[in-house]
Amino acid sequence: MLDADFFRRWMTGMAAAVDREADRLTELDSAIGDADHGANLRRGFAAVVKALEEEPSGTPGSLLVLAGRQLISTVGGASGPLYGTLLRRAGKALGDAAEVAPVQLAEALRVGVAAVAQLGGAKAGDKTMLDALEPAVEALAESLGESFAAAADAADQGALATVPMRARKGRAGYLGERSVGHQDPGAASAALLVATLAAARGAR
Amino acid sequence: MSAKVGIVLVSHSAAVASSVAELALGLAGGGGTAPVAAAGGTADGGLGTSAELIQRAATAVDGGAGVAVLVDLGSAVLTVKALLAEGDELPGGTRLVDAPFVEGAVAAVVTASAGGDLDAVAAAASEAYGYRKE
Repeated sequence: MLDADFFRRWMTGMAAAVDREADRLTELDSAIGDADHGANLRRGFAAVVKALEEEPSGTPGSLLVLAGRQLISTVGGASGPLYGTLLRRAGKALGDAAEVAPVQLAEALRVGVAAVAQLGGAKAGDKTMLDALEPAVEALAESLGESFAAAADAADQGALATVPMRARKGRAGYLGERSVGHQDPGAASAALLVATLAAARGAR
Repeated sequence: MSAKVGIVLVSHSAAVASSVAELALGLAGGGGTAPVAAAGGTADGGLGTSAELIQRAATAVDGGAGVAVLVDLGSAVLTVKALLAEGDELPGGTRLVDAPFVEGAVAAVVTASAGGDLDAVAAAASEAYGYRKE
């Protein structure tokens, strides 16, 4: 079972990963975006960690909802409402149980990723975070929530697969063919989110 | 006199949001204009979108007749949609209007100032997409 501490480890781990990788994310974003992805996510997940520290109680679901709200409030770029929606919807799907089974988390993340697709109006192949998130939640669901490592591998591969894609959404979409040859920064940060999830489970 | 629909203008740039508000209010004519609030840029003055500024602006212009929110692009669109999806983060009767930012803002403020309800304001702003320039 996964308790509230697991979700705190996930978010704290993501904040550390974003802090460590902020320059790389910004560099990817300077190629096809507006060069703020690293700084935006660093600010957002730092706010998440602070909010979680100030909330010593909380269930897995309520902590994810809190984290999602912080991202929407503090990120300042499109990744804020997108990741915020992912965590908030997943948190709501988990309900108020004190512990959740991995298979429940797999289903909650699937719901969250579907909400991201709906919010952004994007689909697989559009060179967005969905290209990492969708294969990850599929891999996790296929293993009935058991294989976090498989999810992380699928997210990594999905992020790398965005390199030859042509962007169709967001600022990068204006670049058309010129976006080809660059990894999507949102897919790269999404892979970090899944990698830190696996790490919180001890699967990476 | 009944309350008028409030208008919130959300842009990545504080200068764009406040200038478009000024333009729309100027073109709406003097006296009796609808409440208009700009929510531009991030809370620290940079380019981007601030959920907090949007919430503050919507609350400021909400007089009970509804709030029409016009946005420029990208994170401005997604942030308003994400706030609306929760149901309790913006005043009741707040609506994201699908409209071009500048032309839609003028149409919305003129219509709201004339006493149009939220449906009329949203329709007028959306119709601005149909005005061809060549």
